[in-house]
Amino acid sequence: MTRLFTRVALAAMAFMALAHGAQAQDAVGIDQKVNEIFAGATGWFVNGIFSPIPGTSFPWIVGWLVAAATIFTIYFGFIQFRAFPHSIALVKGDYSDPNDAGEVSHFQALATALSGTVGLGNIAGVAVAVGIGGPGATFWMILAGLLGMASKFTECTLAVKYRNEYPDGTVSGGPMYYMVKGFAERSLPGGKFLAVMFSIFCILGSLGGGNMFQSNQAHQALTGVLGEYPGWITGVIFAVIVFVVIVGGLKSIASVTEKVVPLMAVIYVGTALIILIMNANMIGWAFGQIFAGAFTGLGVAGGFVGALIQGFKRAAFSNEAGVGSAAIAHSAVRTKEPITEGFVSLLEPFIDTVVICTMTALVIIITQQLMVDEATGLYMLNEAGTAIATVDGNTGVSLTAAAFGATFSWFPTVLAIAVILFAFSTMISWSYYGLKAWTFLFGEGKAKELTFKIIFCLFVVIGAAASLGPVIDFSDAAIFAMAVVNIFGLYFLMPVVKRELASYQSRLKSGEIRKFTE
Amino acid sequence: MSDKFIVGFDGSEPAQRALEFATGRAAAQGGSVLIAHVLEWSPYSFLTPNELEERHARRKDEMARAESAILTPAKKQVAAAGIEVETVIRYGHIAETLSKLAKTEGATQLVLGRDGQSSFGSRVFGSVAGSLVQISPVPCTIVP
Repeated sequence: MTRLFTRVALAAMAFMALAHGAQAQDAVGIDQKVNEIFAGATGWFVNGIFSPIPGTSFPWIVGWLVAAATIFTIYFGFIQFRAFPHSIALVKGDYSDPNDAGEVSHFQALATALSGTVGLGNIAGVAVAVGIGGPGATFWMILAGLLGMASKFTECTLAVKYRNEYPDGTVSGGPMYYMVKGFAERSLPGGKFLAVMFSIFCILGSLGGGNMFQSNQAHQALTGVLGEYPGWITGVIFAVIVFVVIVGGLKSIASVTEKVVPLMAVIYVGTALIILIMNANMIGWAFGQIFAGAFTGLGVAGGFVGALIQGFKRAAFSNEAGVGSAAIAHSAVRTKEPITEGFVSLLEPFIDTVVICTMTALVIIITQQLMVDEATGLYMLNEAGTAIATVDGNTGVSLTAAAFGATFSWFPTVLAIAVILFAFSTMISWSYYGLKAWTFLFGEGKAKELTFKIIFCLFVVIGAAASLGPVIDFSDAAIFAMAVVNIFGLYFLMPVVKRELASYQSRLKSGEIRKFTE
Repeated sequence: MSDKFIVGFDGSEPAQRALEFATGRAAAQGGSVLIAHVLEWSPYSFLTPNELEERHARRKDEMARAESAILTPAKKQVAAAGIEVETVIRYGHIAETLSKLAKTEGATQLVLGRDGQSSFGSRVFGSVAGSLVQISPVPCTIVP
């Protein structure tokens, strides 16, 4: 049955590609049409999420995320700093019972969740933030990353605590499950409603940030290397590969990606480090720009508030703290202590935002991709006045490519490969998150799952064909909408986490929980 | 104290020879045999979200299969010779796990078969028998 479907769908896609190929001159027209329809259909949603707090230019959603991260940070007594060494020990396996070997380890859960978040947010997203908000955005990004660690800690602990375990040994977890079960346990109303809302937004988020943004940026990376060609071609190729993996169950592609992605991450960070070391004398200056920009804006659109909004936005988009997505990945780990997953997960925003994003930002700043007005020392804006003018008019991933390419001419090619692989692994992760939300809403079953997977693949094509602006807006909006619901739920459930934390810490102190290493 | 022989056993031809050798020694010296089956596993490998979800179920399957297809017949065979026998399944790096087991079980000897390959692969990556000889805490017999 599935096989038949695979064939039919592949044939349909091949036909589509042929039909379009026959009229290649219309290709740009198709891209434009997709773009128009898409922007028109999603505009209201985007505007709602990003509407400013009345009387200010500050989007309420950004305030919502930062307020939550700050509240969790204070409520748990700066857990992200206190528990940091313990988190590392957990990931190293110091506290893992050797008899549980063969189960998912803390390291594996962290790596899988990271491969869903590390990716374009760190490469393209940072370029967008710094390109619009200036170097100062980096400061706010780091701050948001540090605060976000507490949000991640809260949601991942809950996800493990309230997951569903089935007789066949598989598990389903995530915000929708802790909303339903956690609210019921505390006899609070509305858990089910929140769970449904979250699931709807999670599906949109998986189609937006987890899909269209990825294929869009992958296409941009490809055109950077191969030259201009219509986006839908990239889209169809990507869609077919994703289809083969998530519908055809071709695990080999996924497992190859899972092994290559960490390697690409190491190459990326390694190269960034080398560039920073080569320009060590400028690091002080770069941090000077970051601090000055953080509080003055250095002439960017929207001033320092513009820098702050961009920094917070891209950080949230990159590390997904408070969004609830990583909670779905972490819920699969077998552990006697749900809170250990919380400890492990708080490393994600640190690695993702505080380390990797900052490196990208430093490389862009140090290689001086952003145009500065010699006379005033302020950044020059582009013609439209929406972003800082860059050396070759680059935005997004091509800005990062230009920055790295300024030092290593071969790097844009490596970056293109990295972007494509990151995009792909993020898509696979998000297809899973979306699917979990989908089955939560509509129930499990082969046909229902297949429906979602096909929709997912169609959006790959749309994402590659549409232009960056509307795609990025919709992606942000959908992912932030998840955070609205998720954080609302977290406020009601955070006492549960506090109890877990107190109990765990007292047992850690008394020696009941101890290391297994001899 | 009676001698305990740990046999690294994966059901293969060489493992079978090692098991027979250990059984013979145990009979001659008056000792027991512990049949250890180690599944190669690293906690630092990378998995997809789907694999995370299925991991626990898979582990159960793998252990059940190892128990029924590999360990039960081997156990029967040793018991038939009138030797006291136990079995154990572990996950991990094979040589390291066997060494650790030898320590915790207070074994007299580790017995392992080798497939006798001197292939390029084992030169590059090393073989289980090779690394076990290097790290074993107790005398180690490699049965050809």
